[in-house]
Amino acid sequence: MSRKIIKSKYDLYEEKIETIAEVPSEKEKPLAPNSKLKYVGKDVNRYDGYDKVSGSAIYTIDKVLPNMVFARVMVSPHPHAKIKSIDVSKALKLKGVLHIITNENTSEIPWYYNTSKLFDKHLRYQGDEVACVAAETEKIAEEALSLIKVEYEIMPHVVTAESAMKENAPKIHNNGNFGRPSEYTRGNFDEGIKQADVTIEDTFTTQVEVHNPTEVHCSVVNWDGGKLTVWDSTQSIFSVRDNVAQSLGLNASDVRVVKKYMGGGFGSKLEAGKYTVMAALLAKKIGRPVKAAMNRREMNLSVGNRPDSNQTITIGTKKDGTFTAMSHIAYGVMGAYPSGSSSYWPLRSIYKCPNIKIDNKSIYINAGRARPFRAPGHVQGTFALESIIDDLALKLGMDPIELRLKNYTEVDQDGDVPYTSKLLKEAYEKGAEEIGWKNRNKIPGSQTGEIKTGIGMASQIWWGGGAPPSYATLKLNSDGSAKIFSGTQDIGTGTYTFMQQIAADVLEIPIDKVNVDLGDTGTMPYSGGSGGSMTAPSVSPAVYDAAIQMKQKLISNAAAILEVDESNLIYSSGNISSKNDSSKSIEIKDVVGKIHERVLVTTGARNENPNGYAINSFGAQFAKVEVDTMTGIVRVKKIVAAHDIGRVLNRKTLENQFYGGVIMGLGYALMENRVIDDYTGKVLTTNLHDYKMPTMQDMPDIKVIIVSEEDNLISPTGVKGIGEPAMIPTPGAIANAVFNAIGVRIKSLPITPDKILEALNSKS
Amino acid sequence: MSKDSESNKISRRNFLGKAGTGIVGSTILISSIGAADKTGPDLAEAPPIDPKETDILNLWVNGKKQKLKINPSSTLAEVLRNKLNLTGTKIVCNQGACGGCTVVMDNKAVYACHMLALDAAGKKVVTIEGLLEGEELNHLQEAFIEKDGLQCGFCTPGQIMSAYALLLSKPNPNREDIMEAMSGNICRCGAYPNILDSVLLAVQNKN
Ligand code: FES
Ligand code: FES
Repeated sequence: MSRKIIKSKYDLYEEKIETIAEVPSEKEKPLAPNSKLKYVGKDVNRYDGYDKVSGSAIYTIDKVLPNMVFARVMVSPHPHAKIKSIDVSKALKLKGVLHIITNENTSEIPWYYNTSKLFDKHLRYQGDEVACVAAETEKIAEEALSLIKVEYEIMPHVVTAESAMKENAPKIHNNGNFGRPSEYTRGNFDEGIKQADVTIEDTFTTQVEVHNPTEVHCSVVNWDGGKLTVWDSTQSIFSVRDNVAQSLGLNASDVRVVKKYMGGGFGSKLEAGKYTVMAALLAKKIGRPVKAAMNRREMNLSVGNRPDSNQTITIGTKKDGTFTAMSHIAYGVMGAYPSGSSSYWPLRSIYKCPNIKIDNKSIYINAGRARPFRAPGHVQGTFALESIIDDLALKLGMDPIELRLKNYTEVDQDGDVPYTSKLLKEAYEKGAEEIGWKNRNKIPGSQTGEIKTGIGMASQIWWGGGAPPSYATLKLNSDGSAKIFSGTQDIGTGTYTFMQQIAADVLEIPIDKVNVDLGDTGTMPYSGGSGGSMTAPSVSPAVYDAAIQMKQKLISNAAAILEVDESNLIYSSGNISSKNDSSKSIEIKDVVGKIHERVLVTTGARNENPNGYAINSFGAQFAKVEVDTMTGIVRVKKIVAAHDIGRVLNRKTLENQFYGGVIMGLGYALMENRVIDDYTGKVLTTNLHDYKMPTMQDMPDIKVIIVSEEDNLISPTGVKGIGEPAMIPTPGAIANAVFNAIGVRIKSLPITPDKILEALNSKS
Repeated sequence: MSKDSESNKISRRNFLGKAGTGIVGSTILISSIGAADKTGPDLAEAPPIDPKETDILNLWVNGKKQKLKINPSSTLAEVLRNKLNLTGTKIVCNQGACGGCTVVMDNKAVYACHMLALDAAGKKVVTIEGLLEGEELNHLQEAFIEKDGLQCGFCTPGQIMSAYALLLSKPNPNREDIMEAMSGNICRCGAYPNILDSVLLAVQNKN
């Protein structure tokens, strides 16, 4: 099977990502439809289930190496300060303390795109790193932190976008508090507005959400001469490898990053942490392995969040609902270091509109830096867009779905190319039927009684078609067992399991003969980070390709062994036999046993994406809520998630991931909120009492409907990713359902009881 | 337990095959743990690296009597994880707010991060590892596989121990009982619908 090298192009936001990749030169015959397969698409139990339910799964935080010591990081208690002096002498005297690093005894390692350093004297948020202690036990390291004396020069802080944008605001960086703006125009917005019969404009705000994965960010590092091994709780082993190597001036090949199990990331674990590099510096100095781990408080300060947003949306339409112009003017906080906070993309891409104006500003404040968070920008952008579209539908006297269908597009609005597939209409139809759309309040808020129910919906667009390079190696042993290796990672999403399913189906062997090892840069072929709903669509075609090659290799070997021409051989159920001579037959394990090495190895690659198409996933979610007008409490009773996500690889893990996205979306819609006290500049929600996340009591009835089958224009497995799509439309659907129930629009997330009561008061 | 040899893996998955067929695994009963007369190695004799490890703690963990020298400020979770290497018990919030560290002590679910280890003196503690009989899973653990009551798996030991405690006090809980009893266990991956179904399945398989 021949290969070729291409420049792989992939769009993510404005970024045109280009990488060189090896891909199959010809389009492969696609994987058979799920109805013809034994494992793919079925309810196969999770490959890693045993380890996880038995307590034997070793996460990075559990990893213990002989002679290992512990590192803890001291962070700034102030939102904005400069270090005048650090005195570690008392801490060093504590029995069991081995070494302490600060800006005074380390070289300047650039961090955050050169806007800061590993240890910077200028501390720009409560949580910026000051020192790192290594000690015999975690307890001793913790105690040592309290013995470090730091003299700070306190500087004025700014913790809201509104105050940071003011002329005379304290400057967080020399060039001010504005990051790179996102601007975009299509057509002519002002002309479009002139053509409109009706215009609507409103402002929506959303809060900062914190990832709070259950496993804290942590690493275990160990030097072996000049080579460094890092066990890391990460979503992206190769990014960590490259970041760490660059920071320490090592060759990437001298750094090996390993991740087997990881307790959640949601976007917060796509890059290397400072703690990893600090641990490596300490380990080098002490000559022992080091474990560095954050605590929950630091998790809520330092390792990322979803930026807040203030979005003003304007839409102009014809009387019949046809959009003539849309604009999205917004700002949001990205924390103290470069990141992004834009939220316009859903408006720019999901509906047909010739005239678009976008201006999004990202603002520095003295708080932890934003990181990608499950559908960056899309969750907040979809909430605002889908809220105003419902308001517009009411204004026009149209059904909200009818208005969306009026502006439905079959071509990508940016590139003017068709989608490989788009089944959003089908999602609207099936979702509406399941929720009982026709039973919603025709006049919002018209129900009498204390408890009012409402139904709402929101649409979703995301990328998630995957891209090369992504590789998987397949090894077939002479006992008939197979093993897959790939430098991707399973972050709880079922990667292990679907890889196993695909290989078993292609090779027609029992699934328990297939083993999978993931997450090791030292021994496995490259695959990308597990973010952006990219993993399954990137890696499933690679393992498919490896299995197809293996099948071919087995046939060729069998031909030599049986002395039969290849074209006369049939592969069936792990057996290869001659078409015309039934005595000439061999099991695949015997093929492997007969060849010299007793093992066959192939490496498969993700195919090239098709030219002239846009690849997007689509979906619609429908919410049914109950609002208690006496207490203001919103209960989500039901969510219907109807989505176009290409082929279902595993029904069980797919539904589970949808549940997770919906519940996380519910948390964002109703309760989650990072609160900073303006006066002190300190975060008030640094633990899981104060930072509220959904529990089992908040769980609605969730129904997942998949409207798609395989999309083979994308790849032979025909998969689109689901991690982000599962969450994108949930808050918008809930907000619209709340509006349908009470007849007053809540324009700010989270929709807490006080906001409901205030809105109801202002209405009456 | 974490060895990744192929034979080990296969034997585990062969075993897992049973989960789907509804064969119910054995359950460790607290009463039998109490009666067990196994004694762990006397870890109190090892020289401390932490000079503050001054206190002796006697307790039962998973049916074994343990005598440990500990820092009196240690929590039960720290002692289980760091002294006994029972890392199945996870620390998530370390503050009694999420249930990640749930273990069962004298038949009741407790947050191991939220109590001093010394307060467990003389008590019988069961951790997720204690539900196993050799390599064999408890029926509750099997149900979590069958109903996919997990994603990243990090909250899972706490979820299972919470459910285990519930079933000890109420062998036939209904949906509401389970939701009530397990609302102190946060799953950030949001696997709640499947966690609920896992417990329901375990109850059903038991009957
Ligand atoms: S870790 Fe103990 S309750 Fe959260
Ligand atoms: S499975 Fe990940 S936190 Fe529950």
